[in-house]
Parts: sequence; structure tokens; C-alpha cells
Amino acid sequence: MSTTTPTTTRLQIPTPLRSFTGGNATVAVTGDTAGAAIANLVEQFPDLKQHLYDDEGTLRSFVNVYVNDDDIRYLDGPDTRLGSDDTLSIVPAVAGG
Amino acid sequence: MPISTLDTDAATLSPDELRRYNRHLILPEVGKEGQQKLKAASVLLVGAGGLGSPLALYLAAAGVGRLGLVDFDVVDESNLQRQVLHGTKDVGRPKLQSARDRIKDVNPHVAVDLHEMRLTSENALDVIPEYDLVADGTDNFPTRYLVNDACVLAGVPNVYASIFRFEGQVSVFGAPGGPDYRDLYPEPPPPGLVPSCAEGGVLGVLPGLVGTIQATEVIKMILGVGEPLIGRLLLIDALSMSFRTLKVRKDPNNPISGENPTITELIDYEQFCGIPQQNGRAQQDDAVPEVTVQTLHARREAGNAPFLLDVRKPYEAEIADIGADQLIPVEELAERLAEVRADQDDEIVVHCRSGARSARAVTLMREAGFSNVANLAGGTLAWSEEIDEAVPTY
Repeated sequence: MSTTTPTTTRLQIPTPLRSFTGGNATVAVTGDTAGAAIANLVEQFPDLKQHLYDDEGTLRSFVNVYVNDDDIRYLDGPDTRLGSDDTLSIVPAVAGG
Repeated sequence: MPISTLDTDAATLSPDELRRYNRHLILPEVGKEGQQKLKAASVLLVGAGGLGSPLALYLAAAGVGRLGLVDFDVVDESNLQRQVLHGTKDVGRPKLQSARDRIKDVNPHVAVDLHEMRLTSENALDVIPEYDLVADGTDNFPTRYLVNDACVLAGVPNVYASIFRFEGQVSVFGAPGGPDYRDLYPEPPPPGLVPSCAEGGVLGVLPGLVGTIQATEVIKMILGVGEPLIGRLLLIDALSMSFRTLKVRKDPNNPISGENPTITELIDYEQFCGIPQQNGRAQQDDAVPEVTVQTLHARREAGNAPFLLDVRKPYEAEIADIGADQLIPVEELAERLAEVRADQDDEIVVHCRSGARSARAVTLMREAGFSNVANLAGGTLAWSEEIDEAVPTY
């Protein structure tokens, strides 16, 4: 892989958001950081924008983003670097019982 | 992480109990001592519904000495697809009565406390400290945060699970030194963004799958065996049948358990979750005008009915139809506003199943310039109850 090719990462989509990704449970996204990869997801599926970002364009605080098993809040936030073996997940709060 | 307060000396086992719990007694990890811990333990189940059903049944069968149940609902036919604690004969009965009868049948050695009430900031700290553990199986965000905060303040661990459609989450919050729900989700989603099970549906067996994992964690916490899900969130996806665990860390900025706590008593959780107050309804009611089903019915009888827009999914309209002029699911409405077969200043009434989604649709349409649009209060449920019982409820 040439160094100019952006990283492609598998992003896991939770059930509540799958209606916005054509039913897909995983989406291939490009971006060298978690923030860039989520932005690429929203480019592919623009309807997701209002669910993931607030009006100021920052990720909503109730949307947790994980690189592998770690919350990016405890890594480098949206600047967390991604490798091609990493799995990115969106894990929203659900409350059903 | 054993519960240090258990008084196992008082929990001697009768010959009946020794026979009943034989398969536990021969397990080295449980044994007679473990079974006495179970008998000495008390667990509060918040919610006697989907998750509460397997919790109550298995914790009772396992011999947990005292089970408390908090619920205020009555058994509805639509509960029976997943709430196996209740049977067809129980439809219309308070869930707690039905639950008590079933638990006593499973295991008469279990003491059952019934708390027939909605858990609130006023009563939570009267009830929760009476138990060694809480198992949260409620169905809404305000109660999730309330249970969390009350457990943290009372020092009672909370075995947490929640479900949605085909997915579940399980963790153990508020154990000594461990993280809590606010470490995982510092803020709730705005109301309406995440559909409830009543709106979004849930696979009937899912609470069985997730609730038995929750019950397993309760029993591990009581016995002090294995590795409970402290600091870990288990994610379950029943469609792919995959299980993953994510790390949950303590957040130094956590407002109730961080380095500088700002929450030292229970707050108003409806307000925290952005839900307008029942008595101070100005915000929501000013924003979303409503018409009642009686008004709509009378207008139809009089031959001057407003344009009725259904914002449910097409399959829902197949289940319960109240004669809408057009159907556009609320998820698609923003892009399909141009398709609405009414003018921007025509009188439009929007409906869904309960009135929740249609309220969002009304707000969206008003912001888009529709000047005379109102929400049908109570949706098809109210229509079925008050106008035409032939319209099914679901």
C-alpha cells in the first residue's frame, strides 16, 4: 500500500442507525483518524449527520465511538489514528427493557 | 467482588432446600456456602417486563432469598410476546401480582417485596438501600439515570442491561472502584432520537437472552466468583449472534462519582433528559398543537375533516388503519415534504401509533413552513380506545 492511500477501516453500525446505511451492519470508511472516518461515513450516508453531529459540527456526546475495544474519549478523541486492522464502532445508548 | 454485608449464618438451608438446590451444592463454585449467600442476598428488580421476566424467574429458581420488584403497569396482551413472567390469564392484572404468583410457584422459599410505584427521585433512596444489588431492566432514559445515581449514592451495585430490536448491552455499574452509567454515557440522547421498544419493536426472545446474562452477573456478584462485567460493556447482536466486550473507564469528570462530584442528591431526571414537565407543559404544547381523536372523529362525521397524514411505517398501517389520506414515514418526511398532498396553509393532522413520532413530524413541518398542522393526541391507540375498538392496538 502506498503511503498516500488513505486507511480503509471497517465501521460497525448499530441497529438504530442501520436504516440510514441501507441496512448495512458494517460500512467500509476511509480516513486516517476516527474523526475522518466518521466524516466519511456521513459523506456516504448524509442522513446520518443529524444523528451523529450537533449543530456546531461536533460529535454528539451520547454517541460513543470505539476503536477496537476502547472509547476514543480515552485515546486521542476524533484525532485517534486508525490502522487497517482496526475496527471502528458506534455504540449509542439504548434504554429498552 | 463478594457482597461483604451478607449474613450467611442466618441463612441455614432446610432439608427441602438442600434437595432443591442439589445441582448448586455439588458445584465447587457455589456449594453450601454459596447457596447460603444466595439465600442471604436481596436483589431489587426495577421493571417487571422483558428483562425483569428472566431475571425474576432465574433469580427465584436459584434461591435468592429476597426479591424486590418495582413496576406500576398492568399486563397487556402485547407484553406476552417476550414477558414470560406473565401469562395470558394475567392480561389486565397488575404486573406485580402476576409476578409474585409466578415467583412463588417457581420457588416458595423466596420472599417477594412488591413496590407498586414509579421509581422517582423522591422514593428511590427509600427503596434501593434496602437491597444488596439492583438489576435495572427499565425502559426509558430518565429512569436509567435515576437508578444509576441512586445506586451510586447508596453504594449499591447495579447490574445493568438494556435492549433494542436485536441488540443488547450488559454491564455492572457502581461496584466498589468500578465505573457507572455516567462514565459510559455522560449525557442522554435528546428525547425522540432513540426510539423505544414500543416504537421500534424488539425481538421477543432478545430480553430472554440478555436478561439471563444479567441474572448470571447478579449471581456472580452475590457469590463473588468469576469476573463480573465491571469496567466492561458486553454488546450482544442477536442477528449476527456476535458478542463483544468494550472497556468502560472511570471518567474523572463524572458529575456523581468523579473527582469533584456536583451531583450529591437525586435530581429531576425528566428535565435532565430534556423531557418537558407534565405540569409545566408550556414548552412542548406551545410547539406542538394537538387535536383529540374525538375532535377528528366529529370533524369527519360533520364532513369537514382535515388532511390526515400517517407518519408510521407502511407495515404499521397494515396492522391498524384509521383512514389517513397519505403515509410518509417520519424518518423520510424531511426529504419528502414536497410529496405531501396538501398545501402549506391547509389544515393538516399528523398521526402515528402513540403520538410521539407524529409530534416530531409536526415540529418538522412547522419549521418547514406548514402553518396549520397539529398532532393527533394518542395516535391509533387513542382511536382504538375511544372511537373504534375494531382498530387493533399493537
